[in-house]
Amino acid sequence: MSPHLTEGLYELLDQITGFIYPNEVEIHWSLLIVVYPYITGLVAGAFILASLVKVFNVKEVQPTYRLALLTALAFLLVAPFPLLLHLGRPERFYEILLTPNVTSAMAMFGFVYAWYLMAVLLLEIWFEYRRDLIVLGAQEGSWRGWVYRALSLFSTDVSDTALAFDRKAVRAITIIGIPSAFLLHGYVGFIFGSVKANPWWGSVLMPIVFLMSAIVSGIALVTFLYMVLTSLRREAIDMRCLDTITSYLFYAVIVDFSLEALDFIHRLYQSEESVKILGRLITHRLFMSLFVLQILIGMLIPLGILVLAKARNFSDDMKKLLYFTAAILIQLGIFSTRWNVVIGGQLFSKSFRGLMTYKMEVTGIEGLLVALAVLALPFIILAVLVRVLPTKRLGDEVGGAA
Amino acid sequence: MNKRDFLKGLIFFFPAGGVLSALAGAPAAKETEVQDAGPKGADAKGPGAKPYNSRDHYYGMGIEIGKCIGCSRCVEACKAENDVLRDPFFFRTWIERYVIKKEGEVTVESINVKSRASKEAVQEDADVLRTFFVPKLCNHCAHPPCVQVCPVGATFSTEDGVVLIDSNRCIGCRYCIQACPYGARYLDPRTKTADKCSFCYHRVRKGLLPACVEVCPTQARIFGDLRSKASRLVRFARMNKIHVLKPALNTEPKVYYAQMDGEVR
Repeated sequence: MSPHLTEGLYELLDQITGFIYPNEVEIHWSLLIVVYPYITGLVAGAFILASLVKVFNVKEVQPTYRLALLTALAFLLVAPFPLLLHLGRPERFYEILLTPNVTSAMAMFGFVYAWYLMAVLLLEIWFEYRRDLIVLGAQEGSWRGWVYRALSLFSTDVSDTALAFDRKAVRAITIIGIPSAFLLHGYVGFIFGSVKANPWWGSVLMPIVFLMSAIVSGIALVTFLYMVLTSLRREAIDMRCLDTITSYLFYAVIVDFSLEALDFIHRLYQSEESVKILGRLITHRLFMSLFVLQILIGMLIPLGILVLAKARNFSDDMKKLLYFTAAILIQLGIFSTRWNVVIGGQLFSKSFRGLMTYKMEVTGIEGLLVALAVLALPFIILAVLVRVLPTKRLGDEVGGAA
Repeated sequence: MNKRDFLKGLIFFFPAGGVLSALAGAPAAKETEVQDAGPKGADAKGPGAKPYNSRDHYYGMGIEIGKCIGCSRCVEACKAENDVLRDPFFFRTWIERYVIKKEGEVTVESINVKSRASKEAVQEDADVLRTFFVPKLCNHCAHPPCVQVCPVGATFSTEDGVVLIDSNRCIGCRYCIQACPYGARYLDPRTKTADKCSFCYHRVRKGLLPACVEVCPTQARIFGDLRSKASRLVRFARMNKIHVLKPALNTEPKVYYAQMDGEVR
């Protein structure tokens, strides 16, 4: 392991420009740490979309409510994997839970994660699905019925008062869930934003920028999944729902863009000690991923597409095509955002005198293949989840389950 | 008193003084223990010697930039003493060379790393205004960001003012490496845990000097106890105008530089 690693480092050594501290040649937080905030962002964003229905009574997006919850769950289940795989000593991960250092933002991961998974997401999904699980448990035969009954925790009460309680519980959990989702992803932003040694990261805006980009990516993902799922099931897309969701997407992108622009202008105007090296960073190392992928392809073009789709009276099919394209481009843009934060923050020396290079591995535990597998895993989990749990309330439409 | 009596008296006077000062535990005695410690320093603890109490000490280092000749003996000694990998990506201490030209251009290289960039960096030139070496190491900050961020408490500050890493506890998340403003930390690829300068804590606890200080031929590095008024370090701080690296970050480093140029970061 060691000779292979240092060989790669010698290669990187020759690509350094200017002066860096000698220990800085190795890029420590690699592709998996790009994937991690990307995934938690999707969780938070999907949940906030779901909460639009329950808390803010946006009835139009009801068709995506359950899908958004299940998406959040599928991605949340995978969220710890990139972190775990990235650890130098993954077998010691439990120390972070058993003996956490209370001053460490990272040590809070276990608690934030457990809170969000147990107290928010699973609970909300359970109350939302309880009646359907009981119905399915009665309908389905043999082991499938037993699984549904087990999932409903063997509750049987479908009286009106019980159902009213379910609705109340879902609403209450969602109200707690919104700040929790903000906490989950704002906390990830804080991990980066609180590093005072790194001027690219250390910004009080970081958690907020993370949150807004999370909402953007979450809404875009659910839009994408909703369109794919309905076409797979050969169902009609609810255009009113799609129009509403993409409107929210549009506003979220605008807010996200404004925040990032504010961050950029603020840095430029304050022009602190680090401004020169950060200028060289974005022009020499991040030009493609920041200006082309994140801002142009991931933000301005989809914004233009959304404006076009809203302004003109296109046919539904044309609108769908435009929305679909925008959703995919936005995903690409948000992934680039995460890349530019995580990798970008490690490509300049803390001496502010030189730039490093990151060379992505393909194989290996922190390589491209593992990252792709980690990114694919939530979709597989989601595929199972939507098979087991109906994305429409039973009785609203016949045969919604399969 | 004749000459014979006087000499007899001397024979008793000096050892008696030694015993008394050991019993009194005077700060001066503590300082001599660390500072004058040759190899005998470790053995000096007789039955009457006071056991080591971390609360009585608070270590730091002084670096006199004008004295450093860039011989890198400190780097070599550190790597040998602490079993640091020889590859030029893992340093507990290293030396930077600054060249400031007359028109103001500054070039810096790490003289222990031979990269293309560093070869290009330094040209022998007549218009050099000044040039100097800066030894770097962990600053053993009094307010260390690495300790703050470690999720499992594997890196910690000792009572005697040293920042250490428990490699049996470190999970290799590398948050500390990101949080250190001085690039003092690296991940040891053998253990997959974070590593950095320990002020040679294993030596200091025995009354020895850190390896880099021990071998420095020009005494550019001065190690000492800030709790002791008689410490060489305290004297160093009194006699020189001193500065620390990146003071604006409020890390409160305990590596003090004398004659430091504003270009040093």
